[in-house]
Amino acid sequence: MSTHSEFPRFIEQALQGLNPSASRRQFLASSGALVLSLGASAVPGARVLAQAAAGPYPDPDFLQLDTWIVIHPDNSATFFVGKTDGGQGTGTAFRQMMCDELDMAYEQTRLVMGTTDTTPDQGGSGGSDAIETDGKPMRRVAAEARRVLLELAADRLQVPVAQLESSAGMVSVRGDATRAVRYADLVGGQRFNVTLSGNNVNATTGTAAVKPVQQLRVVGQSIQRYDIPPKVDGSLTFAVDVKLPGMLHARNVRPPVAGAVLRSVDESSLAGLPGVVRIVSRGNYLAVVCEREEQAIAAARQLKADWAAPAEAPFPPSEALFDFIRSAAPTSSEEPRVSGDPASAFASASRVLEAVYEVPFQGHTAIGPAFAVADPSDNQLTIYSNDMKSYGLRTGVAAFLGLPRDRVRVVYMDGPQVYGRTAADDAGFEAAFLAHELGRPVRVQWTRAEETAWDTKGPAYSFRLRGALDANGQPTALDYEARAVDYAHLGYNEPDTVLIAQLMGRRPARIAEGGAALPSVKYGIPNTRLSGHVVALPLVWETPLRTGNLRDPDGPQVTFAFEAFVDEMAAAARRDPAEFRLALVEASGEDSAFRRSRSLAVLRAAVEAYGDWETRPAPRAPSIGSVHSGRGIAYTFRSNTVVAVIADVEVNRDTGRVWVKRLVCAHDCGLAINPMGLRHTVECGMLHGLSRALYEEVQFDGEKVLSVDWESHPSLRHADTPERIDIVLVNGDPSPDRPDLPHYGAGETSHKPMIAAVANAIFDATGVRLRRAPFRPERVLEALRAART
Amino acid sequence: MSVITLNVNGAVHQVDVDPATPLLYILRNDIGLRGPRFGCGLGQCGACSVIIDGALVRSCQLPAAAATGAITTLEGLSQNGTLHPLQQAWIDEQVPQCGYCQNGQIMTAKALLDRNPSPTDAEIREGMQGALCRCMTYYRIHAAIKRVVAGQATGLAHEAVGTAAAAQEASV
Ligand code: FES
Ligand code: FES
Repeated sequence: MSTHSEFPRFIEQALQGLNPSASRRQFLASSGALVLSLGASAVPGARVLAQAAAGPYPDPDFLQLDTWIVIHPDNSATFFVGKTDGGQGTGTAFRQMMCDELDMAYEQTRLVMGTTDTTPDQGGSGGSDAIETDGKPMRRVAAEARRVLLELAADRLQVPVAQLESSAGMVSVRGDATRAVRYADLVGGQRFNVTLSGNNVNATTGTAAVKPVQQLRVVGQSIQRYDIPPKVDGSLTFAVDVKLPGMLHARNVRPPVAGAVLRSVDESSLAGLPGVVRIVSRGNYLAVVCEREEQAIAAARQLKADWAAPAEAPFPPSEALFDFIRSAAPTSSEEPRVSGDPASAFASASRVLEAVYEVPFQGHTAIGPAFAVADPSDNQLTIYSNDMKSYGLRTGVAAFLGLPRDRVRVVYMDGPQVYGRTAADDAGFEAAFLAHELGRPVRVQWTRAEETAWDTKGPAYSFRLRGALDANGQPTALDYEARAVDYAHLGYNEPDTVLIAQLMGRRPARIAEGGAALPSVKYGIPNTRLSGHVVALPLVWETPLRTGNLRDPDGPQVTFAFEAFVDEMAAAARRDPAEFRLALVEASGEDSAFRRSRSLAVLRAAVEAYGDWETRPAPRAPSIGSVHSGRGIAYTFRSNTVVAVIADVEVNRDTGRVWVKRLVCAHDCGLAINPMGLRHTVECGMLHGLSRALYEEVQFDGEKVLSVDWESHPSLRHADTPERIDIVLVNGDPSPDRPDLPHYGAGETSHKPMIAAVANAIFDATGVRLRRAPFRPERVLEALRAART
Repeated sequence: MSVITLNVNGAVHQVDVDPATPLLYILRNDIGLRGPRFGCGLGQCGACSVIIDGALVRSCQLPAAAATGAITTLEGLSQNGTLHPLQQAWIDEQVPQCGYCQNGQIMTAKALLDRNPSPTDAEIREGMQGALCRCMTYYRIHAAIKRVVAGQATGLAHEAVGTAAAAQEASV
């Protein structure tokens, strides 16, 4: 967010108001404002970037209050935080939280995020922990700044702190508004010089306590996001817009089949093409670098190279994937988690259900393919990127190139949605490598085909479930076994596992085992056995089927199998699916973070918001005509955020098209910082889950990925949008008055139950259970046909 | 290379380029615009959309030399600092997540409303179908378009909430 168009102007104004003494300049440089002002204002035109970027780039000290908060002479403040915002509005939420603790009005503040030499290292984004975890030190440091300001004011006004109050950047004597002082007059343009404590960034604290929830005023308001106007009028400089003097354009040339070895490159094949600066090859990594972008595109297309296909097939074709998964020897297996005595429960059951569920690889397929710009000026390296984990990119690139960390920095800027994709920022490493090689700024841009085929994938899963019901239709046992293709799951920006490192022949000393996830939901089923196995495809490295973290990495898959199977049990027991779940949650013993009571609340709230929920088992009575409608419910939680979703579908028996006509979601993530931003995140997360339920699937033959564009890899589009979405924020807990009501994450939870909810609705509408996602028309037609025969 | 003349947002630009270069790269790299964005280069996502003589065009598919008409980009929608009603509605409805596709959404919506100022729900879905959003802001976009159609593209869509306690809309 450092680059919203308002930012450079504002920093310039702030700089003008400064006492221009050397120490002050030094302070701003060390607190980041000066460096950033030059860097940011330079981004579009890039005139002064080179001087500004001269480095070295030390790590901002998170134990200094000045690293987090600067009060400017115009009585505004800038907050510096080590997070990134993928477009869910976390930046606005951080400002709200910090404003409340500091007692400044929202409009008086600005926020800078995720730039490695400017903002404290909070790791960037991931795991929906921004509000839940990283928001806490932000609140505490802001509270500490307020404490210090009150002390300074007490001194200035000659009044004890106890008689002072603060609001909107002013401290005044309680009951005498004429005796007041602005924050700027206490510390504007100067350091706080306060050392904080805490042995890691999340533990950072001063001595001040944060306010009780009941006193928060900015938190809880639906303040409009500051990043939206510049995203709408075209004035925002995204990371893709960065242009530097002398910048070159690069395109990668990928192996034509997975696992191919580059034998030779025919440089003469580019003879006569204008603008070609260099053909770079290292191991199986191959790229062309040109003066202009269209020249790089042409050169990458025209370059002739001799690749040797591997002797062994890298993977089975996608039609054979699930048979492969079920027959492969696991690379690792988790010790089964057993409670009760499932074997005897199955033996004495009056009914046993069994089902196999399947979810293919699904890609991130970001709207904008991977890209980055790297600038090697002054023997340093600056990378402009939308890497959600910008700090890790910096450390990873330094290790990859053998540079000292303080010679590398990453400037985080907005970009196309991330959802895990940029946690292993392939293009960031490639740009850094090429810029370092050529000694000139280089912009790398992946193509659509490259991104769709080669981005990181969510693991494919095959599940086997068995359930036992007693004579009353009560579930007595559940056996869950998952198999995931997840061996060598990618880490975050690791210098030996990002794609360029793999292609260059680097291999990590230790291979990540990956994991096959177990359901997190605990229903009151007395006898359970949960187990998981990881399997590997034949080709482990240099493969387009690399698994990485895709929004809620295993949640949609696991929740599909688990919540659809629970639905099967409810149907077998002839019970209403909502009532069946309520009873199962009721019967579960666990209630940490009041999760059990909050789960019951969201289930009830979803049913209530749905309106005329008729208590009945699924499927509904068969109807005549082509279009059959039905409803499906699914419930889950992620960390401490709980959610229940109801989908209304229309299934067209003639075309196989499934339209989710209405969605109802009840959601509880504790204290809502910005209810409107929260609603939109919940809504978009649901629709992203819907896209995975209906369309998304990576297809491949035995040697390469065939999903390469928006036709071979369709996504949800306008015509698929539900006509009505109702979101109920059931935020609170059984003791809503408690002063420390926690704020949990919301970026992934509503995404998680969507495949299950849609599958359950299709069953309700048609009586046919789809156990293989996504529910593309041809697959729906096939299942309907099979059910008829 | 040859010199071609482009009329973009009312200004005339001359650029010396390979005339077959897709317009998108010229707009971004030579003229310095940021609205049109690269999403696929295949005419499938709409991220690169511009309007030429009133028609919606995917600038990744059009050779620059063929762009002889008056080109309007996202940057050219506002007039004298006043946002286009669609842009205002996008803010009122808080449409974007990452924002990357929103050039395509807004330009596609503009072309749609220019053609049909009061589209039905079905016509909105149909007319917007070519503009892909991977953050899935579709529902918000429909609300924003309907707001413009209803002539309500000003005023804020704030929820009526005050304190944190009030914002906790329901408690268990
Ligand atoms: S970039 Fe032109 S349509 Fe996708
Ligand atoms: S807002 Fe991110 S792709 Fe549409």
